[in-house]
Amino acid sequence: MIGFVVRRLLLLVPVLVGLVVLLFAWLRALPGDPARALLGQRATPESIAQVNAAYGFDQPLPVQFVTYVGRLLRGDLGSSSASGEPVLDTFLSRFPATIELSLAALLFAVVLGIPLGYAAARRAGGALDTLMVGGSLLGVTIPVFFLAYLLKIVFSQWLPWLPTSGRQDPRIDATHVTGFYVLDGILTREWDASWDAVVHLVLPGIALGTIPLAIIVRITRASVLEVLGEDHVRTARAKGLPRALISRRHVLRNALLPVVTTIGLQTGLLLSGAVLTESVFAFNGIGAYLFQAISQLDYAVLQGFILFIALTYALVNLVVDILYGVIDPRVRLS
Amino acid sequence: MSEALEPSTPAGAPDPDAVGSGGLWHSAWRRLRRNPTAIAGAVIVLAFLLVALFAPLIAPGTPGVPLPNSGVTPSSVPGPSPGHPLGLDSPGTDLLTQLVFGARQSLLIGVVSTALGLAGGAVLGVLAGGLGGWVDTVVMRLVDILLSIPSLLLAVSVAAILGQRPISVMIAIAAAQVPIFARLLRGSMLAQRGSDYVLAVHSLGVRRRTVVMSHLLPNSLGPVIVQATLTLATAIIEVAALSYLGLGASNPSTAEWGRMLVNAQSRLATDPHLAIWPGACIAVTALGFTLLGEALREALDPKGRK
Repeated sequence: MIGFVVRRLLLLVPVLVGLVVLLFAWLRALPGDPARALLGQRATPESIAQVNAAYGFDQPLPVQFVTYVGRLLRGDLGSSSASGEPVLDTFLSRFPATIELSLAALLFAVVLGIPLGYAAARRAGGALDTLMVGGSLLGVTIPVFFLAYLLKIVFSQWLPWLPTSGRQDPRIDATHVTGFYVLDGILTREWDASWDAVVHLVLPGIALGTIPLAIIVRITRASVLEVLGEDHVRTARAKGLPRALISRRHVLRNALLPVVTTIGLQTGLLLSGAVLTESVFAFNGIGAYLFQAISQLDYAVLQGFILFIALTYALVNLVVDILYGVIDPRVRLS
Repeated sequence: MSEALEPSTPAGAPDPDAVGSGGLWHSAWRRLRRNPTAIAGAVIVLAFLLVALFAPLIAPGTPGVPLPNSGVTPSSVPGPSPGHPLGLDSPGTDLLTQLVFGARQSLLIGVVSTALGLAGGAVLGVLAGGLGGWVDTVVMRLVDILLSIPSLLLAVSVAAILGQRPISVMIAIAAAQVPIFARLLRGSMLAQRGSDYVLAVHSLGVRRRTVVMSHLLPNSLGPVIVQATLTLATAIIEVAALSYLGLGASNPSTAEWGRMLVNAQSRLATDPHLAIWPGACIAVTALGFTLLGEALREALDPKGRK
């Protein structure tokens, strides 16, 4: 097990190195002037030269690359050319918001998706099944930001039950220990603050969670249908085992493997979706940060962001592979 | 994008049906016609195509031209009136006109970017799957790296760098599709490579290039076509997403659904219909392509052929 994890982490190295080189080459090879993007079209040549010197954009490319890699190895992602703040610090301070949002979305998708998919498979061909299959297709094709808008319209105009922006009511004077607002409230025993953060997560969580929900319903349905047709399930039935036991031990356990893989693959989608969801709900995570970086051609932020996301994505997939072995002992980690 | 990462069954040639003239496609077509999903998808896609093609005939006005004395105020926009069946939008242009011409923009960007992505992916996939060896290793590592970036973020980074032009949106969306097509085509070609008919062709002494181009490639296209249909749905959503993020076409006179959504943002509370119309257009069009793609996948799946 430990050997497996170490090997997988080592395999990550060439991928990340490749990514660093590609990103650097890509960002520099294409037209676009970061200093001009930062200062606007009417900037004087002097001020542009000044910015270029400050961020090292005037150095020859190989020098820029070596400097960049050297900093990267020391864990320095550089500074934003727009705000001057270190990219890593901003990520770390904003990442909890995005994680909280992504977890809320995943929770919504998994808690609802697995039972719905299972129910659809048990009554395959029935009304519920047809509804689920149709609904999941619609769920996949509805754009995240459109759904976010719809939720915002419904809950700000017609049913003013839930907050439609921000992470916490600004009137609540909450102490922040970890940056995870829900957790902070629990740690400091400020239950109101915790609850308020939870309530603020509902709408963005639903908006972000709908695509994964639709996909999980579909995968669970397909996977359960396949397992239901297998011999061991028939044997279990013939033995006269209780239905609930068959469902839990023989069907669900075997059917969950592809579902777990899918949940892992969804992480990438969640992070993409978070960029859009966060901007609609004024949720201050890394998505909103990227949104700013785009308009300012902030190389350091864009580069750092993509590396950061790729690393997160790779680590999540590693966790998924480890979970595989836990769920299905037949899958040996080698 | 998860569609591409599911293992897909290659529409195999080693089936007696497929050997005749267009057997595989013929039977797939037969099954498509009987599938209600396919029909629903085809109707939506066809309607979208017709609207895009005949936009100037359908639309009551000219896109992107705010009407003089439009009556748009900070608090509301004019509702339906004779000549403007859906009313006006917030810059004071006719809403229906914008929607109809928006279809054009979505179709153009969606089709061109998918074609670019498919072409790029096909080149990489054929190199990897056809040549094998170290070429395969290098190409697939590159594809792995690209796949490790979520597609929208890849598109965002490309569009951010290339600047606000329609062509950069197309390239950005295509770039995100290349690794998916490459991997799909390679997998599908590898599955073919071991099959009996390829061995037979090889043993007849046919050159490798001919084997790859006239046997492996045509027989590996099924899943690629399915993916291309599904990708069109994603592309249409991503066009809107990029516009929404401020990376779309910068020319305000081109009607674009994503930008209509952005313009509607500030009026969400008073005029939600301004967001609902373009949003629904994006969702329905994407749904049409998805339905069609799903139906195609089923029709081309050898498992379904009885």
